[in-house]
Amino acid sequence: MTRLAGVVISPVGLKLNKDMNAHTAIASDEQANAALLEEARSAALRNTMRTQRMQDFFFHKITFLFAATVLLVLVGIIISLAVGAAPAFREFGPAFIWTAEWDPVNDKFGALIAIYGTLATSVIALLLAFPISFGIALFLTEICPTPLRRPMGMAVELLAGVPSIIYGMWGLFVFAPMFGDHVQPFLKHTIGVLPWIGPLFQGPTMGLGILTAGIILAVMIIPFIASVMRDVFEIVPAVLKESAYGLGCTKWEVVRKIVLPYTRAGVVGGVMLGLGRALGETMAVTFVIGNANEISLSLFAAGNSISSTLANEFAEASSTLHVSSLFALGLILFAITFIVLSAAKLMLLGMSRKEGVK
Amino acid sequence: MRMNQLLASILIGTTAALASGVTLAADITGAGSTFAYPIYSKWAEMYKKTSGNGLNYQSIGSGAGIKQIKAKTVDFGASDMPLSQEELNEAGLMQFPTIMGGVVAVINLDGITPGQLKLTGPVIADIYLGKITKWNDAAIAALNAGVKLPAEDITVVHRADGSGTSFLFTNYLSQTNADFKTKIGAGTAVKWVVGVGGKGNDGVAANVQRIKGAIGYVEWAYAKKNKMTHTQLKNHDGQFLQPDDDAFKAAAANADWAKAPGFGVVLTDQPGKAAWPITGATYAILHKQQADGAKGKEVLKFFDYAFKNGAAAATDLDYVPMPEAVTKLVEGAWKANLKDASGKAIW
Repeated sequence: MTRLAGVVISPVGLKLNKDMNAHTAIASDEQANAALLEEARSAALRNTMRTQRMQDFFFHKITFLFAATVLLVLVGIIISLAVGAAPAFREFGPAFIWTAEWDPVNDKFGALIAIYGTLATSVIALLLAFPISFGIALFLTEICPTPLRRPMGMAVELLAGVPSIIYGMWGLFVFAPMFGDHVQPFLKHTIGVLPWIGPLFQGPTMGLGILTAGIILAVMIIPFIASVMRDVFEIVPAVLKESAYGLGCTKWEVVRKIVLPYTRAGVVGGVMLGLGRALGETMAVTFVIGNANEISLSLFAAGNSISSTLANEFAEASSTLHVSSLFALGLILFAITFIVLSAAKLMLLGMSRKEGVK
Repeated sequence: MRMNQLLASILIGTTAALASGVTLAADITGAGSTFAYPIYSKWAEMYKKTSGNGLNYQSIGSGAGIKQIKAKTVDFGASDMPLSQEELNEAGLMQFPTIMGGVVAVINLDGITPGQLKLTGPVIADIYLGKITKWNDAAIAALNAGVKLPAEDITVVHRADGSGTSFLFTNYLSQTNADFKTKIGAGTAVKWVVGVGGKGNDGVAANVQRIKGAIGYVEWAYAKKNKMTHTQLKNHDGQFLQPDDDAFKAAAANADWAKAPGFGVVLTDQPGKAAWPITGATYAILHKQQADGAKGKEVLKFFDYAFKNGAAAATDLDYVPMPEAVTKLVEGAWKANLKDASGKAIW
């Protein structure tokens, strides 16, 4: 402020010193003037820059803080799960993971039943969802007439937005009765009599159980897998496909020889993302899995997944060991999903890197 | 354990804080038993009309209710399973029964009308142990001369979540069948050996109503409301009974409430010609030392009002009100046990 004032005053001083060695005085005064002006300008600039730097600094710090919260929450969850699970692991040791026992009365717990239920339902869901989503994605990218492409793609994405409890209710009240009355008896009398896989489709046809849960999960993850697959199919360069068509390839040959090899990692990544969702799904599974703590050879039998066990028992678990075992189940589920999702991310990452090279 | 309590209390504390933001300061909060939820809300509605004070009750399950009252996030907890005297002493709590109800066995069998089939504790226990697997089993046929039983598979339905209903049911089966006691035992959650689980009374009811040849157990009020096919049960004195209010009352009448520590009477398999074998009371649990004496008094006023004016509403909802002799004992226990911060009796 004072410097700026000096610049304004100096022309007055210049006039007062007129007769004394005018030239040199004017020259030196002009020099001083220019220096002062320059200094003032750069000072103003510095000021602005400082404010901007301050703004930037705080902006960086604040956004960093927000981002760090996510990490903090993640670490917090892991720590609280581990602390909660500690008594169970201390009591049962690592054998907790492969013990098929869940007896709240005698305080004996093992995770195998729930792990089996989680993995079995998810694998069934994947086996069903993969070919269907593959078909959906292929149809949408390669075959679908252009005017239909957007509405159909949006319909698939909307399906992903249906809350899981709706799938659960629909599964329990609509799907399970139909499945138990019509489909299961049919499966029992056809596949059920085959020598090797027969036992999987035996037993009472209640409509509830591992298989039903797997099918409901498949319905839930189809839109996820389909939309990821559609996205990766779309990045296949048109020139590759068109060259193949030009050589006289059929649609299937193009898909088989061009699209699939080009997008393999992306497809697997999409499937893994679906798997991650299937593993953690709670409400829909709880409704239809039958909630019985047993491992049966038959897929018609009722079972229990990790998330359904947690949903059912957490509120009422009274003994320390029971609560702790539920925490341990949670930790195991966390670990499984973490592994699956990071594998998916890695594959998708590798995919985009490869894309960059080409 | 502390970690869990902390987590749970944060959760409930937040919901309670949110809820209290919109209700009046004089409102009392309770959490626990789902069994007691319908009658507590009915009583709360009646009480609000006369006193202007409301009750904010969260039916989160008995086990969670016990955790909440121990963590002091609610004014009272509610549990279908009485706490043992040691557990009460350890946490400085007192409990008293507020309302009773009965549990019935329900079935889904073509051609069988409600109340037609006769079953006994040992037979139901064998079904739940997986020893009896067909409806035309000799053990069931022997009890039901003249009833045509189909050769259908029995599908056992049980509760998937921990529940006071399960506690009463397994407690009764354990008393009548030694094998059940050693293999499964009694508790709010047990290790079932056969069958499918349903979440809550409605989950069990839905499964039983859907699966042909199913057997399950629900609260009487629930079976009646959903017009389910209940069975007769043989009681301690060898009588086959239909479930009704009189049968539940008879079970309560013979119990010795005064002598049981903490009113911890489990009313299963009670003697008496007319006593329904699977009856139980639900309990309210309070801290003996009330930090806020006035708030503690509000809780007691609510239950006092319910004891004096709530009987008709309870009967309407197929609960059984506590006999007057018992409520007198309960109010006596309030006077003796509940103190405010300065050590003065609240009631």
